[in-house]
Amino acid sequence: MQKSLKKYFPLFVLPTLAAFIIAFLLPFLMGCYLSFTRFTTVSDARWVGLLNYREIFISSQDFLNALWFTVRFTAVSVISINLFAFLLALLLTGGVPGTNLFRTVFFMPNLIGGIVLGYIWQLILNGALYPFGATLTSNARYGFWGLVILMNWQLTGYMMIIYIAGLQNIPEELREAAAIDGATGLQRLTKITLPMVMPSITICTFLTLTNSFKLFDQNLALTSGAPSRQTAMLALDIYNTFYGKPGFEGVGQAKAVLFFLMVGLIAFVQLAITRKREVEG
Amino acid sequence: MSILKGRIQSALLSAIFLCGLLSSCGGGTKDSSSSSAASGASGTAKGTEIYYLNFKPEIAGVYEEIAREYETQTGTKLRVVTAASGTYEQTLKSEIAKADAPTIFQINGPVGYAAWKDYCLDLSSSELYSHLTDKALAVSEGEGVYGIPYVVEGYGIIYNNAIMEQYFALPDKAVSFASAREVDSFEKLRALVEDMTAKKEQLGIEGVFASTSMSAGNQWRWQTHLANLPLYYELLEKAGEGDVIRAGLSAQEIDFTYAENFKNILDLYLQNSVTAPGLLGGKSVADSMAEFALGRCAMVQNGNWAWSEISDVDGNTVLAEDIRFMPIYTGMPEEEKQGLCIGTENYLAVNARVSPEKQTASLNFLNWLFTSDKGKSYVSGPLGFIAPFDTFSDSEKPADPLAREVLDWMEKDTRSVIWTFAAFPSEDFKNDFGDALLEYAQGSKSFDEVKETVVRSWKSEREKAGAAG
Repeated sequence: MQKSLKKYFPLFVLPTLAAFIIAFLLPFLMGCYLSFTRFTTVSDARWVGLLNYREIFISSQDFLNALWFTVRFTAVSVISINLFAFLLALLLTGGVPGTNLFRTVFFMPNLIGGIVLGYIWQLILNGALYPFGATLTSNARYGFWGLVILMNWQLTGYMMIIYIAGLQNIPEELREAAAIDGATGLQRLTKITLPMVMPSITICTFLTLTNSFKLFDQNLALTSGAPSRQTAMLALDIYNTFYGKPGFEGVGQAKAVLFFLMVGLIAFVQLAITRKREVEG
Repeated sequence: MSILKGRIQSALLSAIFLCGLLSSCGGGTKDSSSSSAASGASGTAKGTEIYYLNFKPEIAGVYEEIAREYETQTGTKLRVVTAASGTYEQTLKSEIAKADAPTIFQINGPVGYAAWKDYCLDLSSSELYSHLTDKALAVSEGEGVYGIPYVVEGYGIIYNNAIMEQYFALPDKAVSFASAREVDSFEKLRALVEDMTAKKEQLGIEGVFASTSMSAGNQWRWQTHLANLPLYYELLEKAGEGDVIRAGLSAQEIDFTYAENFKNILDLYLQNSVTAPGLLGGKSVADSMAEFALGRCAMVQNGNWAWSEISDVDGNTVLAEDIRFMPIYTGMPEEEKQGLCIGTENYLAVNARVSPEKQTASLNFLNWLFTSDKGKSYVSGPLGFIAPFDTFSDSEKPADPLAREVLDWMEKDTRSVIWTFAAFPSEDFKNDFGDALLEYAQGSKSFDEVKETVVRSWKSEREKAGAAG
């Protein structure tokens, strides 16, 4: 078994590897190269060195504004999504009737695409703000909380499933033993449950962190940056630079490379931190 | 061991996630936004297939028909792809990098030409150019001609004369004149509109003007079309005897001298609207046109291309004979002489980087469309273009009511306002302008701040364009 696996390994991995190289790795390397050039179309570039990277910070404040907005959004949504998802998971593993139905219902939003969700929530939120004579674009704060609500609605169900899987993996004896030893409900939660679901927490924080940081579709559909680009996140700012300003394609590309480095750094730091807290099951 | 393996796996997994992220954001090959109206998916005669990247989504269906017709007549395959509204530049950018690039595309004037000059073929010796009635309309540089306008369009305030007649029949109307045709200044327009608003219950409308649509991608009627008027007058003074658009292109700075006039008309739109100003951020152009078509308002600012949009609305109550144009009055001196805003931002360009056979085939197609009887019947019929070529006789002008109105206004003893926005420095300038207008409508910015934004953005965007070019 082991042997034949080894033998056919290259054959089975080839299609995926080829797809990965063609669709991800090559565009990625090409993107890095293009960030050092001036170009209108990707097949026609001229080397300009680090000029594009300087231009990011000289030409306007947009990138830094978008970065700050993204950081705030990510901080709020990572905490709220994981909190809600964990609470729902606790609730739905506690023997509530109709558990399976609820699990399905909460998971459903995750199946809807970001653009569609963005427009649906735009309608809902504009409808909610209507009595106050305002819309999502009246104030950047509305757009911010609108995005937070949207992301919570979309991602909570998915994270909940991961947490449920984690909770179900905790051996019943541990909890029983703790209960017999006289641990309170809160103690059992913090001393038994939380450490035991740490792997799930690692995955969930990783997913929410990266998904929030690189959010694009929902941002484009919900506010598209209005008012005055105050609710534009990094990915949207990159898109606007690349497509909206003739002659600034290279700058957009340079922003994308910086963006990549940032997301990469944050994700690996987070992984390292949460991994350390995991315990052997 | 298993922990280490897990770590390596998760690290790899993250790397995959992250690579996907960059390539999907920066690759520039996104074409999900282009709605394909291709006639027949793959070409048979690859060598001479014509690929036309269409700008106008409202007539995408007609081009499919034209493509079929052209193929049966000449045997040359024509592929038409239409970019979704507001995404032409994005679509063009990704399409033109492909091996099978568009052979005919469109630029929006001198500013668009600056971005695409490497791809624009010199058309000065083409037959189509020889038929252009006014050679000054073309986009040219030195001896070369790089963009040929194919449609002349006009915009102003569209009104529903049925509602106006209803108003003028009221016994207690406050204005002294007796028909909408007599409005020839901002003062008269204001008096009329404000009295109509006061009597809106009697007229059965919710507001005089349709919503001043301010949602993302729907601000062009204000930051481009309405902005054209004050900037036209300002640049006209700068130009003196010269060309207004050239004066605009060379203007490093503007003062926005007639900001007050812009505010006049904008405030009139905002205060006599179907929609409260605070809610405009959620309104699109389609919403405004539907409000007009359903008779919920009497006026809307738009151009002659809007007729198909109005007549296609389910439950449209506006009759073709009731639809009229009025110039946009802003309170300028001698504005009774002012006509509609007439011009074009639709220039055809032929891709200079495709094979000579394809270039010839493309030019042949354009010739066929604008000079042959069959082609012309499409242009003045379903396409509804007022085409600026001498091959069109008077009887071949389009029949739709708004195009007729534009032609009428062009023949009147008035001065048409040139589409000066061809000289606006960049899309970002327009977006900055539009963003500021949204905030002004919502009350979070004063008009002085709008004015300051416009002046500052013109200067900085022009500098950037200079540096890029």
